[in-house]
Amino acid sequence: METLSLLSLSPPGWGATLLAGLWNSILIAVGAFGMGLVLGTLGAWGKIHGGPVTRDLLALYTTVVRAVPELILILILYFGVTDLVNQLLLALGHDRIQISGIAAGITVLGVVQGAYATEVLRGALLSVPQGQVEAARAMGMPPFLMARRIIFPAMLGLAMPGLANLWLIATKDTALLAVVGFAELTFATRQAAGTTKAFFTFFLAAGAIYLIITLLSTWAFHRIEGWARRGEPRNAG
Amino acid sequence: MTEAAPAPSRSAAPEAIRVTGLRKSFGPLEVLKGVDLTAHEGDVIAVIGGSGSGKSTMLRCINFLETPSAGTITIAGEPVRQRPDGTAADRRQIERIRQSLGMVFQQFNLWTHKTVLDNLIEVPVHVLHQPKAEATDRAMSLLARVGLADKAHSYPAFLSGGQQQRAAIARALCMEPKAMLFDEPTSALDPELVGEVLAVIRALAAEGRTMILVTHEMKFAREVASHVMFLAGGLVEEEGPPDRLFGAPQSPRLQQFLRSVG
Ligand SMILES: Nc1ncnc2c1ncn2[C@@H]1O[C@H](COP(=O)(O)OP(=O)(O)OP(=O)(O)O)[C@@H](O)[C@H]1O
Ligand SMILES: [Mg+2]
Repeated sequence: METLSLLSLSPPGWGATLLAGLWNSILIAVGAFGMGLVLGTLGAWGKIHGGPVTRDLLALYTTVVRAVPELILILILYFGVTDLVNQLLLALGHDRIQISGIAAGITVLGVVQGAYATEVLRGALLSVPQGQVEAARAMGMPPFLMARRIIFPAMLGLAMPGLANLWLIATKDTALLAVVGFAELTFATRQAAGTTKAFFTFFLAAGAIYLIITLLSTWAFHRIEGWARRGEPRNAG
Repeated sequence: MTEAAPAPSRSAAPEAIRVTGLRKSFGPLEVLKGVDLTAHEGDVIAVIGGSGSGKSTMLRCINFLETPSAGTITIAGEPVRQRPDGTAADRRQIERIRQSLGMVFQQFNLWTHKTVLDNLIEVPVHVLHQPKAEATDRAMSLLARVGLADKAHSYPAFLSGGQQQRAAIARALCMEPKAMLFDEPTSALDPELVGEVLAVIRALAAEGRTMILVTHEMKFAREVASHVMFLAGGLVEEEGPPDRLFGAPQSPRLQQFLRSVG
């Protein structure tokens, strides 16, 4: 009973705080995942079709991000980038600005996601049957339309398992933003637990929420993958 | 070359495809060393030759899937504009020209994530902006013609090779091309499936379609072609009407080639 009242939505329960944290976590995960997809698409394209300089820069990007622990990357990017922006603003004679936590969180995690997405999408892009691309070219399809209607759908089924994995990483990486004091789910949980001393209750609740997110998204990605691979005999029906 | 010049009076119909002085190298390997070809409307030109003689390369240069190293391509009297490096200079022009040349590949190359019907209407609807109902109607009647009306809503992977190739031919026809380019359309098929695809091509030839057909099916080439070209060593070694080429081959290389393919 006591446990439930701690989790209740209205004060003195901490439920509302947790939900607000959850909402922030989801916003950041979605934003970072989306940004990762954009960076990953550009990165994959650049790695395959870019010139030597582009390819070297992209190799540097993906190697560094994958080599350095994410927590350290987040600290570097978060404090480093906010500092840089503000120094730039000061140098230009502007006032310092307070960078919104959400925007910073999305950017920081998005850069990390982008590196992994580059590799996932590059693999998928390389696996698109060349003959299907050629058929589109031979029929006079303009390049952008071909990318959207032929290459992208053919990539999707191949990329789905890797992207699903990235999304789960994105949801869990939001917890790392607690170290920079951003009020996402883990930070909210720590706050609630610290104030009430009911550590077990709150961390168990947070764990359950992460688990539910994972289960729901695994199910959703599975559906999407089934749809993307509808043309393949083994996945049909 | 055994034959000095292609017979000039083969057809009085307007020119559909003209290839002049086509050369193509891949790095140090010169695959085509100056090939000329003229297809008038209604011509069926069979291209034969040993493996690696450049048949596919020549066909692919016609619609610029490969960039010619030298030479010009003229489609229905319109030369493809080229940059100094040989690539097509005007994207819109080459796209328009490609739309007028239906290409059929050895490996079918249907889009596996689209149903057969969606494969057929993809370009008419999304590139040529035809109304979907109209494109669907035409696609369905083409599928009926190639005997695939009941497969319209299947995905390609659920079709036999012969059915996939007939679908691919219907997809090319859906754009109402001025000419068809076939690159060994039956080479990837099990022997028992070759006949059904050849029947479709035979019907297209009979209705007077212009086509260039790269093939290893000598009997079929002799039957449907109005003109046969034998490629060897990057050049047209011999060409002429099918009866003469198959019945009385002049050059030793062609004689040997015909013996080797039986
Ligand atoms: N993209 C390419 N890069 C390098 N070499 C190539 C390329 N395409 C073809 N070639 C080479 O060019 C030569 C001619 O190839 P092509 O495919 O035109 O022959 P083909 O007459 O169609 O043979 P086949 O009957 O086996 O299909 C071959 O030696 C081939 O290896
Ligand atoms: Mg070939």
